[in-house]
Amino acid sequence: MMPLLSTQDLQAFGLTLRLAATVTAVLLLLGTPLAWWLAQTRSRWQRPVAAMIALPLVLPPTVLGFYLLLLLGPQGAVGRLIAAMGLSALPFTFGGLVVGSVLYSLPFVVQPLHNAFEAIGARPLEVAACLRASPFDRFFSVACPMALPGFITAAVLGFAHTMGEFGVVLMIGGNIPGQTRVLSMRIFDHVEAGEYSQAHTLSLCLLVFSFAALLAMSLLRPRRVERD
Amino acid sequence: MRIRFRWLFALGMTVAALYAHAAADQPVGQRAAESRHITLAAAADLHYAMDHVIAAYRHDHPTDSIDAVYGSSGQLLTQIEQGAPFELFFSADSDYPKQLVAHGDAGGQPVPYAVGRIVLWSASIDMHGVQVADLLQSRFGRIAIANPQHAPYGKRAEQALRSAGIWDQLQSRLVYGENIAQTAQFAQSGNAQVGIIAQSLALDPAMAKGSYAPVPPTVYEPLQQSFVLTKRGADNALARDFAGYMQSAAARVILARYGFTLPGAADH
Repeated sequence: MMPLLSTQDLQAFGLTLRLAATVTAVLLLLGTPLAWWLAQTRSRWQRPVAAMIALPLVLPPTVLGFYLLLLLGPQGAVGRLIAAMGLSALPFTFGGLVVGSVLYSLPFVVQPLHNAFEAIGARPLEVAACLRASPFDRFFSVACPMALPGFITAAVLGFAHTMGEFGVVLMIGGNIPGQTRVLSMRIFDHVEAGEYSQAHTLSLCLLVFSFAALLAMSLLRPRRVERD
Repeated sequence: MRIRFRWLFALGMTVAALYAHAAADQPVGQRAAESRHITLAAAADLHYAMDHVIAAYRHDHPTDSIDAVYGSSGQLLTQIEQGAPFELFFSADSDYPKQLVAHGDAGGQPVPYAVGRIVLWSASIDMHGVQVADLLQSRFGRIAIANPQHAPYGKRAEQALRSAGIWDQLQSRLVYGENIAQTAQFAQSGNAQVGIIAQSLALDPAMAKGSYAPVPPTVYEPLQQSFVLTKRGADNALARDFAGYMQSAAARVILARYGFTLPGAADH
């Protein structure tokens, strides 16, 4: 009898967790100001930008992966810029996966934050302004605490979505052990090689994890008065 | 609110109309019948060559239609065993067709149709005269191979790198394609400097921009490629006809153009 998870499977597991954690951190850092801007601005660019951010919801990941491969590759605009800065190329690296996943999971983080910021309404911020709170203070002492459920939803969704990402990884990952061979790739390889029991074990892990994440999210959300 | 419903209604009617239109088309297509159709599963190294063979066959038999699905041989075997609707299976080796027979999912015996070889291909580096062992030099950067776990060409690449004694040192520079076509794409796009790919892909005009060096068959075992009828294809006349065509002179000329030597022909 083989052990439940081989060292390679465990490595893929660890790598996937690391990727999801990194991507979630980056997304919260990038997504918060973006969502704040979307909620506050009256610019005519608000809707186009919001639509841009929502694109990964409807685009096949292969489209995103294809363009990333071209853009980040040695002949691509971004790839040449990166090479000119003396950095190594992004496709087939952990960094490349982080970039791809950040783009791919962007709406899953920005949209809950955007909704949460919008739900606060203008009133609490106006009151804070009357009490001479600086814009900075208003954001950190009023908006952020009030939007806490939104932050929880955003973090859980961003993390869980990255855990299960496949299409973009398939296009720009290169399936390198310890670098880009994430869980979903490992499952794909097991299935292709006819190794169903290993595929079962890993798939079950992901299934349980995803369910637990969603359950935790709804348990963590402070319940509003009455319903909703 | 009312306006929104009206829009929804219009959208619904449009979808329904399109659907009805598509459904109405179907029986006509079937009636024009006597037209036969099969779907074959082919290893990704056949990508260009098989398209040509099918085109040549259809030129002589315009009412027959043949769809080809490409992937790694291991992947295709798995799909067939799970009931994928393929009538023929063209593997990049002989082991997978034998497995299909052993599992009782084949409709005949495997037939060898070609011998596949690997080459070192690069878009940016002049590969003439490059040996497998040279790949250790850092100027060759990232090296793409097909996934040895389920792609026969990947297994052969691993074999060549092992017999050159550089497999272990090269680990950190290897990139794995899901099949030999994706491996070629990694190299063609320049994301991997070198690809260890099928000669049949290197010989296609699409890959003419780069250069390649053949890997001598002394350091790996050339792929004895076989095809086999699936259980589903066993009683299918078109599947049998096309299997026969595959062994005809016309098909062999096309395969030879893509660098496939023929089984039984003397190895050089």
